Amino acid sequence: MIYLELFISFFQIGLFSFGGGYAALPLIEQQIIDNRGWMTAQQFIDVLTISEMTPGSIAINAATFVGNQVGGIFGGIVATIGVTLPSIMIVLTLAYIYFKYRNIKMVQGVIMGLRPAVVALIASAGLTILLAAFFGESSGIQISNLNWISVALFSLGLFLITKYKLSPIQVMLTTGVLGVLIYSIV
Amino acid sequence: MKKSALYWKLFTSTLYLSSFTFGGGYVIVPLMEKKFVQELNWIDEDEMLDLISISQSSPGSLAVNASILIGYRMAGFLGAMTTVLGTILAPLTIITLLSFVYNVVRDNPIVSNLLLGMQAGVAAIIVHVVYSMGMRIIRRKEVIPVLVMIAALIAGILFNVNILYLLFFSGVIGGIATFYQLRTEEKGGQS
Repeated sequence: MIYLELFISFFQIGLFSFGGGYAALPLIEQQIIDNRGWMTAQQFIDVLTISEMTPGSIAINAATFVGNQVGGIFGGIVATIGVTLPSIMIVLTLAYIYFKYRNIKMVQGVIMGLRPAVVALIASAGLTILLAAFFGESSGIQISNLNWISVALFSLGLFLITKYKLSPIQVMLTTGVLGVLIYSIV
Repeated sequence: MKKSALYWKLFTSTLYLSSFTFGGGYVIVPLMEKKFVQELNWIDEDEMLDLISISQSSPGSLAVNASILIGYRMAGFLGAMTTVLGTILAPLTIITLLSFVYNVVRDNPIVSNLLLGMQAGVAAIIVHVVYSMGMRIIRRKEVIPVLVMIAALIAGILFNVNILYLLFFSGVIGGIATFYQLRTEEKGGQS
């Protein structure tokens, strides 16, 4: 039952992505790419690209996209509800505690404790993304497979973010347009 | 205000904010603050800050969590359902359409070169995000968070340890640290 599988996978992603949008990346990688095989690393980056270009958070965008690819429009709706439901349940529980006791310090302490691990997990998912961008799909990590144009565009992107504080959309448009120009010449 | 008018206002406000805000939670939350605190005067500044910290303490997207809280605060459970619908409707529609477009144009040479170029840009964005998040933890100059980060990095990348175990252990460490901190503060208050 594909709808149930979509719902369960994205429910788990929604339940454990503490720490904002990017925290969902490692969970999506584990659930959708490794466990279910619903997406390749390349498609994962494409979803990420689309997410950065459109309104809405990464987790919701990924849910809608993967759900659509795997189970059509209804699949997209089921996956999106699955990823949102844990938020609704937990936020409302915390809100109830807050309005009753005006104190959620203990919860906040646990969440603060999660943050270093979350950063490490995002770094680990970031490594997958970086390797997929540099070496392409499943061709193995060898220097002969290295896409030098991608490395150059990556370096340019990083330079533009750190030096000129360009927004994600501006960075991606720059590397995207340069990609079209360079790849069609070589 | 009539009940139906309140729901409608909640729905249109969150739909508008989520449709035109690019760049995730850290962009949309200040705009929500502006809308509900300053323009509509529905929630006062201090309470809004508390609502934002509850959103940050919950899993999932910051924008969705904040909108659920605002809806709940204004009109209870149905209010929360109204604002969450307003917040996810736009991305749901846009990505559903793009998902179809993606399947049709993905193999077009220009589109695939565009996406290939953008992938390098996305990789740069993620590396930058990780760097600034990591530096924020290192700059606090506390030993335990830095150790947890390094341990999780090794466990996650080298040993492929399940994400949920890593989250669980770091949460337990955070809980114990907070427990002792709150107890010390309490004792300090009494003496």
